[in-house]
Formats: sequence, C-alpha cells, structure tokens
Amino acid sequence: MKRLLKRYLTGAVLGLAMAGTASAYECIAPANPGGGWDFTCRTIGKIMYDIGAVDKPVQVTNMAGGGGGLAYALVVNERNDDPDLIVAASSATATRLAQNAYGGLTADQVRFLGAIGADPGMIAVAKDSPYKTLNDLIEAVKSDPASVTFAGGSAAGGFDHLKVLMMLGRAGFNDIRKVKYIGVDSGGDAITQAVGGHVQAVTGDLSEVVGFLKSGDMRVIAVFTPARIPGFDDIPTAREQGIDVVAVNWRGLYVPKNITDEQYDTWVERLRKVAESDEWKAAMEANGLAPFTLLGKDFEGYLDEVIKEVAQLSRDLGVIQ
Amino acid sequence: METLSLLADGFAIALTPGNLMLAMIGCVLGTIIGALPGLGPSNGVAILIPLAFSLGLDATAALVLMTAVYYGAMYGGRISSILLNIPGDEPALMTTLDGYPMARAGRAGDALVLSGVASFVGAFLATIGLMLLAPWLARIAFRFGPAEYFALYILAFSTLGGIASGNQAKALIATCIGLGIAMIGLDNATGMPRFTFGNLHMMDGIDFLVAIVGLFAVTEVFVFIESHGRESALGVRLGRIVIPVKDIILAFPSMLRSTVIGFIAGILPGAGASLGSFLSYMGEKAMVKDNSRFGKGDPRGVAAPEAGNNAAAGGALVPMLTLGVPGSGTTAVLLALLMTLNITPGPTLFTDRPDVVWGLIASLLIANVVLLVLNVPLVKLFVKILMVPPWVLLPGVTMISFVGIYSLSGSSFDLLLMIGFGVLGYFFRKLDVPTVPIILGILLGNNMEDSLRRAMVISGGDWTYLFSSPIAIGLWIAAVLGFVAPFFLRGLLKRPQAITD
Repeated sequence: MKRLLKRYLTGAVLGLAMAGTASAYECIAPANPGGGWDFTCRTIGKIMYDIGAVDKPVQVTNMAGGGGGLAYALVVNERNDDPDLIVAASSATATRLAQNAYGGLTADQVRFLGAIGADPGMIAVAKDSPYKTLNDLIEAVKSDPASVTFAGGSAAGGFDHLKVLMMLGRAGFNDIRKVKYIGVDSGGDAITQAVGGHVQAVTGDLSEVVGFLKSGDMRVIAVFTPARIPGFDDIPTAREQGIDVVAVNWRGLYVPKNITDEQYDTWVERLRKVAESDEWKAAMEANGLAPFTLLGKDFEGYLDEVIKEVAQLSRDLGVIQ
Repeated sequence: METLSLLADGFAIALTPGNLMLAMIGCVLGTIIGALPGLGPSNGVAILIPLAFSLGLDATAALVLMTAVYYGAMYGGRISSILLNIPGDEPALMTTLDGYPMARAGRAGDALVLSGVASFVGAFLATIGLMLLAPWLARIAFRFGPAEYFALYILAFSTLGGIASGNQAKALIATCIGLGIAMIGLDNATGMPRFTFGNLHMMDGIDFLVAIVGLFAVTEVFVFIESHGRESALGVRLGRIVIPVKDIILAFPSMLRSTVIGFIAGILPGAGASLGSFLSYMGEKAMVKDNSRFGKGDPRGVAAPEAGNNAAAGGALVPMLTLGVPGSGTTAVLLALLMTLNITPGPTLFTDRPDVVWGLIASLLIANVVLLVLNVPLVKLFVKILMVPPWVLLPGVTMISFVGIYSLSGSSFDLLLMIGFGVLGYFFRKLDVPTVPIILGILLGNNMEDSLRRAMVISGGDWTYLFSSPIAIGLWIAAVLGFVAPFFLRGLLKRPQAITD
C-alpha cells in the first residue's frame, strides 16, 4: 500500500516535469534553470500568455549543454520547421556563433526574432579603488597591463572579456593578449573578488552590481550604452568619457529557419506585444534591464555587425584561428 | 532582541495554515526527489518552479514551498545512500561510506534515524547561524581569492588518500582518474575546448550526476546480476526499529563539529555542500580517537557527513542572500526564483526586504522541524524498501535514474555516458578501486584547477602568490599535516599491535 503511494508520488513528480508538453508552445532555455536564458523563456513566455499574445501556454524546456550549442544543434538538425518553437538567446549566443563554438553551425541557420531588453555592459571597481574614472583605469592598463586584473562571469574569450578588449581597443590599446582577465562562475563572484581586493576591476552587466551599488561596496565607472540609463543617471557612459563603445547583453529569441515568413512575422508581432506590455516593463525594471528593442530585420542587421566585430577580436585574441 | 522580534514577524508571515500545508508538501516531495538517484535538489527545485507560478503563489508562499523542497532533498539524499549504496544526490556521496555498511549489518533503521537527527542538527544550527550572523559572515567570502580557494582544495585532496580504508595507492589512482575526467570540457582560462573530440555534448564537461548514477546505480545492477544478489543489503533481515539513543549520544559531538565545518564550506561560494560533507567526514575521521571502524559502519561516519551537508545547505544561503552569489546549483535556482519574484538578493536585501528574509528564515526552521517529525517515523516505511524483491527494486531505481538524467539535458548522449560509467564502475569494483575519490575528483577538480589558473593570471605566474595571505598559509599547513600526519600516526598506532600479533 505504502509502496503504491510512493510509486504514485514518484509518478506525480516525474509527471510534473513532463506535463503539458502537448498543446503548448515550447521555449527552449539552452541552460540549467537559474540563468539569463531561463529568465528569458520563463518571463517572456509567461507574459505572452498572460497578455493574450498566444492562445496556448508557453512551456519552458531546459536544455543545457555546449554553452547553448546543444539546443542550437537540435533546432538546426531536428526541428528546423517547428512553428511552435522559440529559443532564448543573448549576446553569449552571438559571441559563440562568431567564435564557431557551436560545432560549425552558423548564425544564418536559424532566424533571430529580436531582442526586447538588454543588460547594459559596465566596468566597476571597489569603493576604495584608486581608479575614479574609466580613463584612470585605461591609463593604468596602458602604462602597466600587469597592474590591473579584470574579473568577469564568462570564460576567457566570452562576452565579459571581449567588452574589456573592445573598450581598450577604442582607447588605442591593442596589445590584447597582455590584458589580465579571469573568468569566474558568475558576475556576483567577480564582484566578491573585487571587494576582497583580489582583482582591480569587474566587467559584467549592470544588473549584477546593483545591490553592491546601493550598499556602497562598488562603484560603476562606466556603462557601455549610447546614453545614460534611467534610474542610474549618475553613472557616466563610456562614450561621454571619450571611449566610443556600446556593448549590451541583449535578451532575445530565435526560431527555426524553415518556418514560413508568416509564421516568423507572427512571432515577431507576439514579441513586440510583450515588449510594449507593462508586465515586461516591470520585469525589466526588477531585473536591471534597460530598454533595447530591435525586432525582425533590424535585429538581424545589428547581429551581423556584432558577430563580425567579435570574430575579429577573437582572432586577435587567439580564441579562434 | 531585535532579531527575535524580526523572527517573530517572520513566523507571522510563514505560519499560516496554507503555508504550513505547502511546507508539508514541499518536505515530502523534496524527500522523494532527494532519495531518487539522478534527481537532486537543484532539479527538484527547478521542476517545481513552474508549479509555484501556475498555482499563483505569492513570494512568501513560493519561498516556503521551495525551501521545504530544498531541505527535504538534502534530507532525502541519504536514504538511497544508506539503503542501496547509491547516493541520491552528490552531497550524500559520503554517507554511503558508513551508511551502507550499517544497512548490510541489519542496522538500516538505526542509520536512517541517526542520519535524520544529524541532518536536523546540521540544518537547524546552520539556520540559526544564518539568522544571527549572515551579513557579517558574508564578509568571509571576500577574504577568499583564488589563492585561498586553491589551498582549500589542496586541503581536501590531501586527505583523500585516507578515504579508502584499504589501499591508498588505489585511492590515489581513483582521484587522478576523477581529476582527468574533470579536465574534459571548456577550459575556463583560455576559452578553448579540451578532450571534447569536437563533440558538443562534452563542451560543458561531464556532469557529475551522470558519473554518480553510472558509477553507483548502474554498477550496482551489474554486480547484482553477476552475484544474483548475494552481495547486497537487499534482503537483509531487519531488527526492530528503535531510536538508537546510544549512537546519537556517541555521535553528537561529531554532529556539532561537522556542522561548523559544513557551514563554513557552505558560506564560501566556491566550495559548497559536497566539499562540506567531504571535509566533515574526513575531519571527523582525523579527530576521533579510534577511527578503525570508519568505512565499516561507524555511526559517527554516518552522522558527520549528514550534519555537514545539511549545514552547508544552510550556509550556502548566506552568500546567495547577502551577495547574490549562489554557492551551489540549488541556491542558483533559488536565486532565479527570487529574481522572478522581483526580489534581488544582495547586500541591501536584509534592510530592503526584511519580510522576505525573515519569512524565509522562519520557513527554513519550520521545514526543518517538519522534516524531523516526518523522517523519524517514516524510517519504517523507507526500510520496507529493502523488503521489495531486489529484482523489482534495482531495475526500478535504475529506470528512475535514467529518467532523471534525461531530464537534465534532454539528450540520449548522457544516458550512454552513464552506462559507460557503469561498465567502468563494474571493473573498478572488481579491481577494488574505490569510486568515491573518482566522483570527488570530478566534483572538485575543475574548481581546483580554475583557482590555480586564476591565481597564476593575477600574479603573472609568480607561485609565491599562493602563500600570500594568512588564510592561505593556514590552509596549506593543515593540508600538509593532513597528508603527512596519517603516515606518522599509523606508525605510532599500528606498530605495537603488530608486535602483539
């Protein structure tokens, strides 16, 4: 009897994992629960259904592996014409495609829908750091690259690393292999290392540092957006400090390549509705995202540029041949 | 005094009938999830997040449910460790060392009750620690840079030789195999893939759950088939189930010491529950006077890792809440849950959202008591599992493991890998090579290597950086003592015996 009960409970637990795969749209988050892609799927999927942009709920599937490559390969090879499928993407997706990290698959093998929010890139230092402005920091790197270690939440060659290199490149420092960068497990880890004095600067997304900004442990010396961010008006952009770099970690979606144009446009429309909804605005604010809406063709054009630049930097860095 | 009134507020938030109900459900579900190999606390919590949303739970209710599942899974992991010699999740790995021998000796009930009490002590004290000291403790994490983490991992590995009571060389070989497997995947310091053979499945490395289920569960099936079940605890006659007061009293100091070690390991974002239970076990083995029964069913060897890993689970909430840095996979999921509830953990959380923090702490305390109450009487039910005919039970458990692993990545590659590990484990069993060090190598190897590489980047290749802080030096000294001391102690302890023989 009790065994039976256990069996039923087991069934219930497993059933939960699989429930609803039928009669629903599917959003693949190519990572374990808890990351940005998971957030994208869960939040956008939920809002899409809540505001009536889709008539069926959006079921989230987590498919971690290969830094998003497994999910990418699955979409390209096995579900290339599935009109009910969307997949979460971000700057990391574009970076890895540019670096050929998805086993030879390329950006034109899926269709990118758009981005509807972005985490602004930033450089932060501990509160007692001698570097007061972005230029202080850049000068220090220029005069002695070994004196500054940057920490970020992505592996070497990842987007957090590349942001630093883009910034230094625009400032005229191109000896990028001399730049010291350590990749730690998350943005929070990087900040912990900086507060502890183990590294001199943190490269990451603004959302990662917000709590430490309020507590006064960290200072953000530049954000990589075209203009100052509402709500963080006292943080200068890199551009106004003379370093013309824009680098944001956008949050968006892609769909399989072989769906029809009408199906693609329907998804773009649905994403637009989410972008314009109050629910999404609230979610963006709660998660430190800045408005960044690029949809359909506009987004595909933007992505081509980004991928080109990242590929070039990665070649210089030696991450790809 | 202020803490008490805040806690009272927390209880007022958490102690509604609805929330108590959720805590009960969460504890039961969590225990089951924890006990099933292949389903750990992190996928347990992750699976239930959508449920929390679809039920439309508010922030506190969702947290009550999730933390109950989290602690429940930490309690539940020990059950399959003790009964089947298959860790239900990675922190329960160490519990197999003494728990399973106890079960084979017909003391499964004692082991379960004892480990339940140890879990309670560890988790309860850790929650108190979290409550009183969290903002201050978070500062400890700042002191740990790459050099300190590297020394900490060296300390862990230096004690590994003593893990297998028999042949140290085999334990060393096993550790090296684990470290080798840990190398597979993307190299964090250069961004280049290593040993992946161009296979995308290998890019993120080998998931340790795949290795655990393969080396333990699948191997167990092979051995079972070969021996027709003779070498198994299954079918062991059970004594009457009473509360083993004597064992609890004997192991109580071990629980307290392990709680401290586990809690500290939990606080450090780079360490976590697995390291906590491992260090607790090895520390206890080094500290007690007579450790000859360790590995053969010593009650203290059951109590120490369980107190340690549950304390680490509580400790891991400290950096998650105060720094926004998850110390483990499960806290990463909880962090995500908080974010989707529009709560951003960080240094200001305790002042900005006291309702959430104290509601959470109160629900942790509630979950703990519920789990103790559930677990001790439920032991009878769990032990009955051993009476299920093994030819039904083992394939069933294996099947569930397959489903659990498949739910991780949704790829059949992991299942094949798991069978591969099972075959490997079978041969290791034949060669008498312990499998626990392999898992620890996989679990900790990556972090150890990353710490060293980061330290070398920061220092520009200057190795003296590794000894540049008092904490690092202290850990190195402990590591050297931990590695060398056993040799001398063995000489002192064993030689007289040899003469009397």
